[in-house]
Amino acid sequence: MRPLGPSVAVIAVLAAVPLVVHSNAALNFLVVTLMIALAGQGWNILGGYGGQYSFGHAAFFGTGAYVTAILQVRYGVNAWPGFVIGIAAGAALGAAIGALTFRSGLRGSYFALVTLAFAEVLRIVASVAPITGAGVGTLIKLELGAGTFQFQSRAAFYWVILALVGISLMVAELVERSRFGTWLMAVRENEDAASALGVDARTVKTAAMAISGAITAAAGCFYAQYFLFIDSGIAYGTWISVEALLTAIIGGVGTVFGPLAGALVVKSLGEVTRLIVGDAPGLDLIIYGAVLVIVIWVMPRGLIGGIADARKFFARVRSVREAHLG
Amino acid sequence: MLSAAILIPAILNGLLMGAIYALVALGLTLIYGVLHIINFAHGAMLSAALFAAFFAFRLLGLDPYMALFLLAPVFFVLGYALQRFVIGPASHGDDRNMLLVTLGVAVIIENSLLYSFRADTRTIDVPYAFQTFNIGFTYLAVPRVVGLVAVFVVALGLWLLMTFTDIGRAIRAVAREKLGAELAGIDVGHVYAMTFGFGTACVAIAACLLIPTYYVNPGVGNAFVLVAFTIVVLGGMGSVPGALIGALFIGVVESLCGLFLGESLGQIGIFLIFIAVLLLRPTGLFGARA
Repeated sequence: MRPLGPSVAVIAVLAAVPLVVHSNAALNFLVVTLMIALAGQGWNILGGYGGQYSFGHAAFFGTGAYVTAILQVRYGVNAWPGFVIGIAAGAALGAAIGALTFRSGLRGSYFALVTLAFAEVLRIVASVAPITGAGVGTLIKLELGAGTFQFQSRAAFYWVILALVGISLMVAELVERSRFGTWLMAVRENEDAASALGVDARTVKTAAMAISGAITAAAGCFYAQYFLFIDSGIAYGTWISVEALLTAIIGGVGTVFGPLAGALVVKSLGEVTRLIVGDAPGLDLIIYGAVLVIVIWVMPRGLIGGIADARKFFARVRSVREAHLG
Repeated sequence: MLSAAILIPAILNGLLMGAIYALVALGLTLIYGVLHIINFAHGAMLSAALFAAFFAFRLLGLDPYMALFLLAPVFFVLGYALQRFVIGPASHGDDRNMLLVTLGVAVIIENSLLYSFRADTRTIDVPYAFQTFNIGFTYLAVPRVVGLVAVFVVALGLWLLMTFTDIGRAIRAVAREKLGAELAGIDVGHVYAMTFGFGTACVAIAACLLIPTYYVNPGVGNAFVLVAFTIVVLGGMGSVPGALIGALFIGVVESLCGLFLGESLGQIGIFLIFIAVLLLRPTGLFGARA
């Protein structure tokens, strides 16, 4: 069995960044990027390994964010258990939506639509329900301290989100090599054939959606804790559904490092554009949309797949050249 | 609360609003029926068409009902080109890629509008916006009635096109059996693009009918397209009569939910119907071929 080497190495390198980089703006950028990578990894478990393209992962992000925020604000629960409960709520929601949709055999366009609809229903409910603070949103009281999960330094938040991303990378590696992952990928490639061979497709997909929901909910919990404010447009908005799938698709669907690579590339592009053109509404999303279309067009397997293809291509060129020279 | 004096106008207004929904849904169901994908760019196209109708009025002084005859062909060409030169080649014939590409296109269009025109909401003033027909027990807004008539004209035109023209036959052939159609010498890429063009033209017509009584901002199309998704699913994806009947039904449901639950919760009724239909009867109430 391969050790979890690559994940550990990547996390170790990234963990050293705050020792070198001290700029708050740069760390803030990295924290947000890692948060999106985490949300994207959640999407990747279901979309990448399971082949079920969700267009509504905001449902999980928002649920994680609201559960952790509401527990603290309205029920006086400590932030740490609140965080864990938020993740559990994401898993439960994933299992529930999965059980409902896969029972009806929804795939492809239908699955995309129904996930989108769930996210929209939650958004509308959150925008009117008193418990979420309705239109005003929910503000978590500022109480700095490790006990309340509110750190003064950006670096501490950076290490927290990095640890979460590290766990998500390991989950993806475990999924990739486990029996469960093999079933999941078999369902992705050909559901009828997998079922004929005895794979319980419905249960496998539902379990994948629960894991997926938990990871994306963790990103939402982190958002609430980092920014200390959420409202229905942030928590359940389409932006996060789009960014979660964007990072996975651009980085490489169904690869361990795809979402992380995708988030780094996409967020850097957005940042560079902002530096060149200035802060203009919509501009970063125009770039994201364009990158999405171009990546699917030019390298359908994403950056990670594209790099692997290029490597193979150059290896072939080299061997051909050596054959000629030798 | 349940008096007929309130209920009947609410139902009639719902039917009239449903007519506009029908136009948006018609385009969507047409594209689904042939390409078997949901066009996520449909809402962004509607926003773009609303802006086009807005500026045609403001800059050229063109009445929206006149602009219709200009914008429908323009958006037909846009839709054709988008499918032929972007969505088709970019998605490599994979359905899931096609979904993602339409989503990418939607994000680009919507945010380009936001970038160019900011998030401001704009309206136009036409003299007939507030004119009404008196039908005895209630009043009906003239622009809405025009919309209802136009929807039936468009639906009739679409039916004639599908039934009696060569391109209509080709579209039906591709929808039924893509490979067979290809073997019979039909250019599937062209048929896909034509279908996309017709669907987009429907959106342009809807925009022109909508703008006299509605507003425009970069995100306005989204509200419509989610409703249109519901209608298309309800009526059976790919079914034209299903889309028409579904649209009128949804218009009434929205109007009644708005009456009883208030504006923002009114939409919830639509989404719950949507999820329920998807989960319980994904082929739609009219049982079109899935």
